[in-house]
Amino acid sequence: MAMTAQNDPTLNDDAEGMSYLNRLPRRIVTVYLPLAVFVFVLIFPFYWMAITAVKPNHQLTNYEQYSPFWVVEPTLDHIKYLLFETSYPGWLWNTMLVAFGSTVLSLAASVFAAYAIERVRFTGSRPAGLLIFLAYLVPPSILFIPLAVIVFQFGIYDTKLALIFTYPTFLIPFCTWLLMGYFRSIPFELEESALVDGATRWQILIKVILPLAVPGLISAGIFAFTLSWNEFIYALTFIQSSENKTIPVGVLTELVRGDVFEWGALMAGALFGSLPVVILYSFFVDSYVSSMTGAVKE
Amino acid sequence: MSAYPTPKPPSRIADMFQSRNAMGLMFMLPAAVFLICFLTYPLGLGVWLGFTDAKIGRDGVFIGLENYRYLWDDPVFWTSVFNTVVYTFVASVLKFALGLWLAMILNEQLPFKSFFRAIVLLPWVVPTVLSALAFWWIFDAQFSIISWSLMQIGWIDGPINFLGDPTNARISVIAANVWRGIPFVAISLLAGLQTISPSLQEAASLDGATSWQRFRLVTLPMLSPIIAVVMTFSVLFTFTDFQLIYVLTKGGPVNATHLMATLSFQRGIPGGQLGEGAAIAVAMIPFLLAAILFSFFGLQRRKWQQGGQD
Repeated sequence: MAMTAQNDPTLNDDAEGMSYLNRLPRRIVTVYLPLAVFVFVLIFPFYWMAITAVKPNHQLTNYEQYSPFWVVEPTLDHIKYLLFETSYPGWLWNTMLVAFGSTVLSLAASVFAAYAIERVRFTGSRPAGLLIFLAYLVPPSILFIPLAVIVFQFGIYDTKLALIFTYPTFLIPFCTWLLMGYFRSIPFELEESALVDGATRWQILIKVILPLAVPGLISAGIFAFTLSWNEFIYALTFIQSSENKTIPVGVLTELVRGDVFEWGALMAGALFGSLPVVILYSFFVDSYVSSMTGAVKE
Repeated sequence: MSAYPTPKPPSRIADMFQSRNAMGLMFMLPAAVFLICFLTYPLGLGVWLGFTDAKIGRDGVFIGLENYRYLWDDPVFWTSVFNTVVYTFVASVLKFALGLWLAMILNEQLPFKSFFRAIVLLPWVVPTVLSALAFWWIFDAQFSIISWSLMQIGWIDGPINFLGDPTNARISVIAANVWRGIPFVAISLLAGLQTISPSLQEAASLDGATSWQRFRLVTLPMLSPIIAVVMTFSVLFTFTDFQLIYVLTKGGPVNATHLMATLSFQRGIPGGQLGEGAAIAVAMIPFLLAAILFSFFGLQRRKWQQGGQD
């Protein structure tokens, strides 16, 4: 949205709007100060996570001698402990595998579904589109109990497959909805001329539509990957053994023991579990934002 | 659709419709199989389980409304309903107000605007469980950084018992939920704000509207369709929230923060009472339907509002 507003010359003339009416002192109070507070509050937990992860244990709770906001002799002990004495690397690998698997599955299914609903226009394609939207609104917290029963019946309880097969329930509706919007923006004429040239539907999809929808595929893929990385309730319910756990479940169920909390290791675990999605996100901020707002606006 | 020109002779139109339906069906198949197996079927199974006394490792038998009758007399269930409604209402109102405020700030002319936008979205990108762990540490009963800071300023004498006291615990989990929810609301509303032409604001201002009037009579009506959708999503996800509570309090102290989703989990999975857990989950559906209907009418309104523009 931001891009179209900036590229549109008619909007560019008055893009400044009435901001010239605001003087600097006024802007400091109404804009910069609240913005600073917002950014501080939104960022602080991450800072706190990071600083705790490198704090030696004796500084962690000794607020008298060391300022809690800073660290004097940063240590890598917590991270070393995490990487070499817990199953953390295994959880990281599981999370990646599950997120990747379910994303690929969902994208493949969604491309076909979205193309069928948007362009093949079979009888009942409109209701199908609506059903997909409704499916997106069904939350995992009302499905996890019956799904646990089904996963057990299928004999995939306590395996990564259980997660790879159940995550698409929320990924497919989302990706399909998003891709429908992208396909809608591709001109009909391209498909028509391909049809005239004798291309089949399959060829049109592979050679005309998909190359044009690459930005949409990236957005949907990134978003789906993040959603499955962050998923918790299914992973908590369907996975029992330590070697199959994902990061959120593993960190919470195995690093939290008894009453003495290893805050350093916990925060290091939280930090390293967040980093992959944050890095991915930082490379694709724009597709991320467009998929988020796109899903809301359609 | 009717304007779609057919390059083939009319005799083959029927043929094409045939193949069109067949092709549509084929293309829909993978998605449909997944959604029917892992979404529609479990949804139905969940409703059925709610009428049975199924336990883990044992198929239940039909017991009618027994589970619901039991829940009706269960004060803990009603506490969780009350908590869920309060949690959803307060958190959604705060998320909306703060999110709209943040969106309007980001809509101003700012240096490093896209940088700020990226930073603001971070809480939403990071796994909830992991950021909730950071909040758990921030809300620590002894070593909370908030307590320490307030004590340094001299506003309080001893550390605040954030998660041990019922009222404090409720406020704390709502605060953490709002923290995570603001980015989504703000960035979505920002996208909506950017579609409002500045000339509308200028015209209103020339007509003598104050900045409050411009906000109330120009910005809000133009934004209302997107507000309806964003808030429906926000309400839906807040109402069914599980992760945050599970990490921070697990429903405690004395069930003060138990939401319907966490109670359903506690009774169903560790408690083993699948039937009862499913019944609690089913009891959430009427609320969700209300939210979906709200969204539907929000979308309907959008059509006449934008008229022939699209």
